[in-house]
Amino acid sequence: MAKYAPRLNSLEDLQAIKDAFLAETEKYRHTVIVCGGTGCVSAHCADVLSALKKQYSVRGLRDEVRIVESGCIGLCALGPTVVVEPEGVFYCNMTPERIVQVVDKHLIGGNIILDYTFLDEKTGEHIPYMKDIPFFHDQIKIALRNCGAIDYDSIEEYISRDGYFGFAKAVNELGRTGVYEELKASGLRGRGGAGFPTGVKWESGYNQPGEQKYIVCNADEGDPGAYMDRSILEGDPHSVIEGMLLGGYTIGANKGYVYVRAEYPIAVERLSEAIETARAFGLLGENILGSGFSFDIEIRIGAGAFVCGEETALLNSIEGKRGEPRQKPPFPFQKGLFGCPTIINNVETLANVPVIIVRGAEWFASYGVGRSKGTKVFALAGDIKYSGIVEVPMGIRMGDIVFTIGGGIKDGKPFKAVQTGGPSGGCLTKDHLDVSVDYESLSAMGAIMGSGGMIVMDENTCMVDTARYFMDFVQDESCGHCVPCRVGTKRLLEILQRIVSGRGEVSDLDRLEKMALTIKDTAMCGLGQTAPNPLLTTLKYFRDEYEAHVIHKTCPAHVCKDMITYVIDPEKCRGCTLCARQCPVSAITGSVKEPHVIDSEKCTRCGTCISNCKFGAIMIK
Amino acid sequence: MSECSTSCPAAEDPTLQRVRRIAESYRGKEGSLIQALHAVQSAYGYLPLEVQKIVSETLDIPLPTVSGVVTFYSFFSTEPHGKHNIRICLGTACYVRGGVRVVDRLEEILGCKVGHTTADGMFTFEIARCIGACGLAPAISIDDKVYANVNPDEIPQILASYYKAEEANA
Ligand SMILES: Cc1cc2nc3c(=O)[nH]c(=O)nc-3n(C[C@H](O)[C@H](O)[C@H](O)COP(=O)(O)O)c2cc1C
Ligand code: FES
Repeated sequence: MAKYAPRLNSLEDLQAIKDAFLAETEKYRHTVIVCGGTGCVSAHCADVLSALKKQYSVRGLRDEVRIVESGCIGLCALGPTVVVEPEGVFYCNMTPERIVQVVDKHLIGGNIILDYTFLDEKTGEHIPYMKDIPFFHDQIKIALRNCGAIDYDSIEEYISRDGYFGFAKAVNELGRTGVYEELKASGLRGRGGAGFPTGVKWESGYNQPGEQKYIVCNADEGDPGAYMDRSILEGDPHSVIEGMLLGGYTIGANKGYVYVRAEYPIAVERLSEAIETARAFGLLGENILGSGFSFDIEIRIGAGAFVCGEETALLNSIEGKRGEPRQKPPFPFQKGLFGCPTIINNVETLANVPVIIVRGAEWFASYGVGRSKGTKVFALAGDIKYSGIVEVPMGIRMGDIVFTIGGGIKDGKPFKAVQTGGPSGGCLTKDHLDVSVDYESLSAMGAIMGSGGMIVMDENTCMVDTARYFMDFVQDESCGHCVPCRVGTKRLLEILQRIVSGRGEVSDLDRLEKMALTIKDTAMCGLGQTAPNPLLTTLKYFRDEYEAHVIHKTCPAHVCKDMITYVIDPEKCRGCTLCARQCPVSAITGSVKEPHVIDSEKCTRCGTCISNCKFGAIMIK
Repeated sequence: MSECSTSCPAAEDPTLQRVRRIAESYRGKEGSLIQALHAVQSAYGYLPLEVQKIVSETLDIPLPTVSGVVTFYSFFSTEPHGKHNIRICLGTACYVRGGVRVVDRLEEILGCKVGHTTADGMFTFEIARCIGACGLAPAISIDDKVYANVNPDEIPQILASYYKAEEANA
């Protein structure tokens, strides 16, 4: 990147960049934001972007329209998505052909193309403006303030939205103690799962004596089914850099590490470029903004181990060792990376910090409830209509996230459960839709806030199988260091496997519960201590489903393969032979125009016949 | 540098020499074993014992420590991989949205089990725990490309494009 990079030496220099950017962009009539989040990338947003660039050159719009490739705008289900500013018109399911139309009719002609905007299925009407779409309407974007709104590659645009002004305010006005006092007053708590107050953590880092200290950003994002941190790193990397800069300044560390999982190559690439740019601007390196404070950041890439999200295992992994957790105490703030005092924070936590410093604790604390201040980002996925990344004020009703923002269940099926907190969390039911989404309320239900995974499940999900799924995950990921986790999760998994294969006994249920509680109390690190949560919550809230498996040997959701059979309804079957031809194991026989039959000995319950039968003749029993 | 010690026989395979050079660039950097292994694996394809030995000698880290790290992390492989890496996501979102059916179908089509490489060496087929496309589940990735909302019936078509590209290259 051969960019012009002035070295900034003061608040005035920063202000000059902001003013210049705003003056430069003022001349454009429109800004077109093309979402470049992972979801839209896999929906081929690159083709839309290149068609847009081509058309706007052809139409001579270079001086009137600014094109921005942003991070995730949030509504991944409808990608590729595009926003036209300043009107805030949201176009979805874009294609190269559609974007050409948008250039001609909207950018040049001044007319919104209603057909390409969001369709509200309830009313059958299109909603053109982003602010009116229910998915966006109830969101409050603090951590995601820039994500999907700015060019992730432009430090100038980040600065124009008061980026790095938080650091300037810290060094010019607040001082080191002022930063952690502000954070304490804001009520910000760690977004990585445990919810520890960030200001208190930074204060202990400040108070800890030591020549060399470190600040570490936890971007391991291990919850399988969540991608909030990834969205922030890809959409607004400077907010994380500035958060770390503030952390380093406060505790007195001149070096930071970001530990990113290996599965996120795009995040690594964008973050590396942002770090380079920040160095070129003098926002990393020696004597930042003339403050006398020096700081730099290095990226470390993980290698695929869930336990490395646990902070002490993460430290071992940064040191190049096996990612096994360390005994606490000593805590990382006392003796962390390479034996030095270390403060570890999650990506989203760090992304919140700069704006809290700029806008003040009181502003931040005006969102949220009780001891849960501010907002939380969730990755809404599973059987939900509008899956994507959302940021909501804490204290919002669970039901509002699922039904108002998420649009309810896909294909109009009934809602069954929502799972938060991934392998450490729990499943809640339709009776919990009124629960307030905050740290305390979710824990009281046996679920946890977690890092932000929120998986919605419809009636076709078997809760016993879900518990087995998570147990399989943690058993696979257990580092093997302590016995309760290594052996205990294996035993639990064996019992669950027995139950889903139709060989469970009633006494298994008590055995599961007892063993789960023992592991919770005796495992060494958070992985083992929380591993039984999905099992315990499903046992508690879906006991009837467990009982159906062990007593009646049936799976009410028709998921567990050993307990179901596929049958063809002879009344409905027209003998079209399609299923027989497509069955991968030749389990279906029959003559043309005669009802077919399935040999359940051969049938593998793969579902191919069901998804292809045009007459709905195949049923699961 | 022309003089070679015994640990660097003149006849050493050029790719192994390259491994040595890559590992050398990490010498003296605190705690960089995992980063070095990443770089070496992306150059050599996998991390067999002979490669681990070179890393161990070059970075002056005992071989058991190197092996311990290689076996701990799922990203490191001691077996060679196929030309293309298929990773089927079985993260929660993809599991809930029918990822297992994608796995079943792939096993059937490729004629090999998860964790193995096809007989023709084209594909290695693995399970991933979330590739960050949860909003578009079920998802799979082939090398760096993500395929979202995968319908098991579309898989033959997807794979065909790789065989076609292979033929075009040949
Ligand atoms: C098994 C396990 C996995 C974890 N995974 C993550 C993770 O992927 N990302 C994360 O930020 N924190 C994770 N944590 C929490 C971290 O240990 C730590 O509390 C957190 O990074 C602190 O940052 P915060 O205070 O900003 O939340 C995990 C904890 C456990 C026990
Ligand atoms: S769960 Fe499959 S991409 Fe996240």
